[in-house]
Amino acid sequence: MSLFSFFTRRATTAPVARDRLQILLAHERAANGRSDLAAILQEEILAVIAKHIEIDRDKVQVKLDRGAAVSTLEIDIEMPAQFKKIAGAAARN
Amino acid sequence: MSKVLVVTSGKGGVGKTTSTAALGAALAQGGKKVVVVDFDVGLRNLDLILGAERRVVFDLINVIQGDAKLSQALIRDKRIENLSLLPASQTRDKDALTDEGVAKVIAELKEKFDWVICDSPAGIEKGAMLAMYHADMAVVVTNPEVSSVRDSDRIIGMLDSKTAKSEKGERVEKHLLITRYDPARAARGEMLKVDDVLEILSIPLLGIVPESEEVLKASNVGAPVTLNNPANAASRAYFEAARRLSGEDLPVTMPMEKQGFIAKLFGRRVA
Repeated sequence: MSLFSFFTRRATTAPVARDRLQILLAHERAANGRSDLAAILQEEILAVIAKHIEIDRDKVQVKLDRGAAVSTLEIDIEMPAQFKKIAGAAARN
Repeated sequence: MSKVLVVTSGKGGVGKTTSTAALGAALAQGGKKVVVVDFDVGLRNLDLILGAERRVVFDLINVIQGDAKLSQALIRDKRIENLSLLPASQTRDKDALTDEGVAKVIAELKEKFDWVICDSPAGIEKGAMLAMYHADMAVVVTNPEVSSVRDSDRIIGMLDSKTAKSEKGERVEKHLLITRYDPARAARGEMLKVDDVLEILSIPLLGIVPESEEVLKASNVGAPVTLNNPANAASRAYFEAARRLSGEDLPVTMPMEKQGFIAKLFGRRVA
């Protein structure tokens, strides 16, 4: 058996496939969860601002970067030069 | 209670349409009223696999747009009387699939059939999303191969977040169907084993369909493999999977290596 397997032994590739998948999917699952959070934040932040100021949807950027020690949440809102207050916003609040 | 089942995978060419036809036929052969719905607008093939390609007059898009009644578009299988097909359109744009239109058709099909089986297109575009949106249950078709497993993982994530059930805080019942499995290659370490795939995807196993020449033979003649050669190992796996979908609790059969005369004499290490 051992002599025979010495001649026929080849490196098996299935364990390599399994390990590669496990590492890759761990990353991808985390990344998908993260992008969802950024999308939710973007929507909610937009909704709050839109209550008071007319704003272009595309001018709000939310970025979430997860680092080893520190994670950053970056919110970039471009305001129009002369922004219009939405009528009644001040009165409502 | 009728059930909506989506057969999906993310990756193309893993056996969604073959499995839709085989599972649909197996359920219908077991006495259930089944409709299989092709969501692959522009690249329909379920009609061809079922041998009904020359009988298509109206399709899903015609029904959605009100050009035909549902009863006019449904094609009843000539061999299995409980099995019907709702074909996809071959010429229209996939944007013709609307949320409301699909919802209405699915609701109407649920009144007429025990099982509504939606054959998803590959990818994660609109057709695939709509095919899964109304599902109560999902069969995720996966080959024991890295790109298929990765895409299945993505699809499983979508079943948990982009369906009507998930929006209501409920869960789509997910099942893994491993297809094109070669037990000999898995034993030699050349192919991911069933346990590897199960561990990575961690959804319950519905069945293991071994690689089989009979699957291509069946598609050549336009018959579900469960009808064309019911005794074949692939067909038996589909029959078993269909019973499990119906709620029966039976153990999954592991495909056996085919052993030649020499291998039988010397044991399976001889390869």
